[in-house]
Amino acid sequence: MLERMQILMCGGTGCLSSHSKEIRTEFDKALSEMGLRDEVQLVMTGCFGLCEKGPVVIVYPDETFYSHVTVADIHEICEEHVLKGRPVERLIVKDPVDKQKVKNFGELKFYAKQKRIALRNCGNINPLDINEYIAKDGYLALGKCLTELKPLEVIDWMKRSGLRGRGGGGFPTGQKWEFASKSNDPVKYVICNADEGDPGAFMDRAVLEGDPHSVLEAMAICGYAIGAHQGYIYCRAEYPVAVERLNHAIGQAREYSLLGKNIFNSGFDFDIEVRLGAGAFVCGEETALMASIEGFRGMPRLKPPFPAVKGLWGHPTNVNNVETFANVPVVYLKGPDWFKAIGTAKSSGTKVFALGGKIANTGLLEVPMGTTLREVIFDIGGGIPNKRKFKAVQTGGPSGGCITEKSLDTPIDFDNLIALGSMMGSGGMIVMDEDNCMVDVARFYLDFTVDESCGKCTPCREGTRRMLDILNKICRGDGTLEDLDTLESLGNMVKDTSLCGLGQTAPNPVLSTLKHFREEYVAHVVDKICPAGVCPNLTNFVITDKCIGCTKCMKNCPVGAISGTVKQKHKIDLDKCIRCGACKKACPVNAISSKPEDWRAIVRG
Amino acid sequence: MKSLEDLKKLRDQSLKNMQMRYQVGGTRIQVGMGTCGIAAGARPVLNKFVEEINEHELKNIVITQVGCMGECAFEPIVEIVDQDGTSSIYCKVTERMVNEIVEEHLVNHKRLDRYLLSSVKR
Repeated sequence: MLERMQILMCGGTGCLSSHSKEIRTEFDKALSEMGLRDEVQLVMTGCFGLCEKGPVVIVYPDETFYSHVTVADIHEICEEHVLKGRPVERLIVKDPVDKQKVKNFGELKFYAKQKRIALRNCGNINPLDINEYIAKDGYLALGKCLTELKPLEVIDWMKRSGLRGRGGGGFPTGQKWEFASKSNDPVKYVICNADEGDPGAFMDRAVLEGDPHSVLEAMAICGYAIGAHQGYIYCRAEYPVAVERLNHAIGQAREYSLLGKNIFNSGFDFDIEVRLGAGAFVCGEETALMASIEGFRGMPRLKPPFPAVKGLWGHPTNVNNVETFANVPVVYLKGPDWFKAIGTAKSSGTKVFALGGKIANTGLLEVPMGTTLREVIFDIGGGIPNKRKFKAVQTGGPSGGCITEKSLDTPIDFDNLIALGSMMGSGGMIVMDEDNCMVDVARFYLDFTVDESCGKCTPCREGTRRMLDILNKICRGDGTLEDLDTLESLGNMVKDTSLCGLGQTAPNPVLSTLKHFREEYVAHVVDKICPAGVCPNLTNFVITDKCIGCTKCMKNCPVGAISGTVKQKHKIDLDKCIRCGACKKACPVNAISSKPEDWRAIVRG
Repeated sequence: MKSLEDLKKLRDQSLKNMQMRYQVGGTRIQVGMGTCGIAAGARPVLNKFVEEINEHELKNIVITQVGCMGECAFEPIVEIVDQDGTSSIYCKVTERMVNEIVEEHLVNHKRLDRYLLSSVKR
């Protein structure tokens, strides 16, 4: 029987962890019970991007977008929607911007301003079915390159497209390919860097899980261009779903002779293997990555020689990031001029951002370069929840910096972000509001880099550790003004003298918060208060007049510091209080404050 | 797979199966699937539409289901909204009629007046 309906559900890691696999099983069961199974196709796709609303289910042909679906809702969806044609109103997604119910997928403002190139198939096709990828012009670019273009022309197209590396550096991809192609070594390698390590960035995972074939196709194109016959995908073992789907995709591509010997009868051979990493951040650095593939400890080495000259096992190697590769087939399908026309003059195409932190629409989005930060955060991201005030946005993860309100109208591209003292990085974007302490944020990122430093060079191993010590001291309330100067000069020293990108960028979060939020640091060391009310030693919790006397905070306090009777304002005994914040989390009416303006009067009498 | 032609053939064939996800605009066929519609046999009618449209390789058509349209005595009811917005409501539709409606209305663009709700009621 032919299908009259297709139900797509998100199978990305985000939705999988909120039971989308069980949802699929339940659909299967419910539809079978109702005798509808033959009429409906169930498709598990990659990430839709709107992770905040997960698990997400889309019903075609009417494009109904269901959010926060649970296993218990499936029976109702099947009976009401699939059988009787009445969409289940209460599950239909609401637009986070204006709270309106949205009839279908196409109406969501989250997608309206986006342009999806790298994520073109994510959430749209079944990543486990090569036919669906082929239906969306998959492997056509590879076929075109192999039968119609010479390797040099392939490189020339890439150079003309202006595509720059999406892993963070922003190096022109065409130029990189050209370097690797110039070597005469008969053995060369193509590596896909899928060691996505920035906390809060997950675009590469989304591509690998949602559209693995696009990466395989692009690697084969790259192999043809530079003269390589073997590719490796270096993926972290913490991405089990991505690894599984990649291996499945490689198997299917071999079956269809789209990988292997004599692809498209052109005489070109290319094959790909997946190599697993243990999840070390430093292995995202290309020389450390290659050392890890070779079986050594993942540590960077001096460059030059660059990988294009002497890479994996001493042979010329081209390393590109997942998102870069995901853009490659489109350049050959639509032409370099089409690609070049998108974005800004120096940064063409689009960029995927992983939006997180204090933002309404946590998730993945893809916008043309040149879109402003304000559009991304407020129009697509839906702004800050709970009526809080925007404070800063941190781009580029632990290597990036903070950008403040006054720079929000800057068009995003590689060069503009660097000019602002941050960087594109892999595209993580963490939004912070008035409740975030910037000293604490800087400490969080530095804590991460201290952990991840490989220890090979002294500035990174020792310097970042000492910087963290100073930050801890400031957060404890023992800091001095002198510490701020030491922190700054130490940061600049680590930046200038470290061996690889990890150390060279690790001080960025500290230096940029010191630059933009110096008054917060000063408040910590001179006034001994934390203006955002985060650092425990420098704040106090008080109950404001908003208190409704529900006793919830009392029950949640681990040390019994809160007293009061039902329906009357409670009180915190500051001598007993350990400043854990449990009461603040428990309060249903936001009556507990740690803001200095609220507690100062009480504490100082 | 050995040539670009093979690939394109497979692409067109696979795309047909996914057409539903990329349909924008076009003609809408809405089958009334309230309890009344289902009891009167709307489901086989709906499936017949899917089958026939696929057989005739008609593009730009969305087949969807709607709730009860209010004329329960005349179910199964099928409304066809053409691209220009004209609506034709067919009533008491049977599987045999689907064949005819597809060929006349959708292929030849000729409305089958005798099956319309407006003529049957009169």
